[in-house]
Amino acid sequence: MAEESVKLLGYWGSPFALRVKWALKLKGIQYHYVEEDLPNKSPMLLQYNPVYKKIPVLVHDDKPLAESLVILEYIDEEWKQNPLLPIDPYERAKARFWAKFADDKCVPPVMAAFSKKGEEQERAAKEARENLKTLESGLEGKRFFGGETIGFVDIAAGWIGCWARMTGEIIGINLIDAETMPLLDAWFQDFLEVPFIKECMPPQDKLLEHNKEFHKILTAAST
Amino acid sequence: MAKNDVKVLGAWPSPYVMRPRIALNIKSVNYEFLEETFGSKSELLLQSNPVHKKIPVLIHGDKPICESMIIVEYIDEVWTSGPSILPSDPYDRAIQRFWAAYVDEKWFAAMRGLRSAQGEERKAFLDQVTEGLALLEEAFGKCSKGKAFFGGDRIGLLDIAFGSFLGWLKVTEKVNGVKLLDEAKTPGLVKWAERFCADAAVKNVMPETEKLLEFSKVLAAKMKGAPPPKN
Repeated sequence: MAEESVKLLGYWGSPFALRVKWALKLKGIQYHYVEEDLPNKSPMLLQYNPVYKKIPVLVHDDKPLAESLVILEYIDEEWKQNPLLPIDPYERAKARFWAKFADDKCVPPVMAAFSKKGEEQERAAKEARENLKTLESGLEGKRFFGGETIGFVDIAAGWIGCWARMTGEIIGINLIDAETMPLLDAWFQDFLEVPFIKECMPPQDKLLEHNKEFHKILTAAST
Repeated sequence: MAKNDVKVLGAWPSPYVMRPRIALNIKSVNYEFLEETFGSKSELLLQSNPVHKKIPVLIHGDKPICESMIIVEYIDEVWTSGPSILPSDPYDRAIQRFWAAYVDEKWFAAMRGLRSAQGEERKAFLDQVTEGLALLEEAFGKCSKGKAFFGGDRIGLLDIAFGSFLGWLKVTEKVNGVKLLDEAKTPGLVKWAERFCADAAVKNVMPETEKLLEFSKVLAAKMKGAPPPKN
C-alpha cells in the first residue's frame, strides 16, 4: 500500500494523535505524518476537520476522519490484522464502555487538576483518583484490558498513566496511587514498556518541559 | 426467544432509553421494559450499572450492557438476521459514529444549556443549537444521498442517535417560542423528522410532545428545589 494513501495530521505532544499512531503501528500500516503547528492550523486541517478543527485527522484515500476513538474503530475495521476489539459482542461492548469511561470520566478531572488551583484542583484530583480506581475494575485482574496482549482500551487509555504521572509531578499531587490502585499502576507500567508503544512515545523530557510551560500559561489564565 | 431473556431498564421520557428500544424494534426482538420510578433507582439498576447508575441498561440473559450507543451497536452485532443498523463500509460506519458522537457531545449539550440558561447565555446556546442543526442538515444530505434516512432506505445508527432527541427538540421549541427545525433553513431534516417519528420502529416509543412538556415542567420544578450544584 502506497504511503501516500494514508495520512495522519497530528501534534507531537498530543496523546490523542498518539493513540492513532499506536493503532497504525500495531497494524503495520505505512502512513505519511503531517505535524500541525497548533497556533497556526493549516488550511488542510481546517478543510479536513471543519467541525472541530482539531488533530488527529486520519485521511485514507482522500477521505478524512476526525475524533480519535472513531478513527481507532475505523482502523480496526479497515485493516483486520492484529485486531483491537475482541470478536464477542459482549466483550466488545465492555471494551467500548471502558474506553468511553476513560475519556469521559478520567481525562477531564486529570486535565482539571492540571489547570486549576486551590480547592478546585483538590476536588479534581480526588475525582481523578476515584475514577482511575473505577477504571482499574475494568481490568478484571488481567494484565492488559485486551488480555495477554494490547487491545482497544489499552490503546485508548494507556497514555493516561504517563500524562497523569507527569501532571502529578508538575502540580505536586499524586494522581496514581500504587497502594490503592496497584493493578492500574502495574498496567500503566507494563503498557508503556511494550516495545511498539515505547517507540511511538514523544521524548519524555521534551514532553515534560512542554507541559510545564503549558501549565504556567493555564494557571496564569485561571487567576 | 423468551421475552424475559432481553430486558431494558429505562424510563419513557429519556431519549437515551429510546435508542435501544428502537434498535430492538428494528431487529424484531421481544423485550421486557422495566420502567424506573422517577427520582429513585432500583436495586437492579444499581447492580447492573454500578459505574454510572444510569438508564438505559440492556440486560441480555445475565449480561448487562450500558451506555445507549454502545447498546445499539451491541444489538446490531448480536441480532444479525435483522436489518443492519450500521452500514457495511468502514468509512460510512465511521461517519455515522462521528455524527452520533457530535450529536451527544456537542449538539445536545447546547440543547441542555438552552434549557437552563437565562438572558444573554440563552442566545449563545440558541446560536450553538441552530449552527449545529445547519451542520446536521448538511450531514443529512451527504449521508442519505437522496434517500429517506441518514442510514439510507432504513433507519440507521445516526437516525437513532439524533432522532431520539426529537421529542425534547419539540418541547424546547414550545418552551422557548422558537422554530429549530425550519422548512427554510433545514428542509431535509424537517421531512426526515416526520418520517423518523412515523416509522414502525419508533412511533410506539417516541413520547407525545404534550406528555413530555408536562414532564419537563415537573423536572424543572424538581431542579429548582434541588440544592445548587457544586462545580
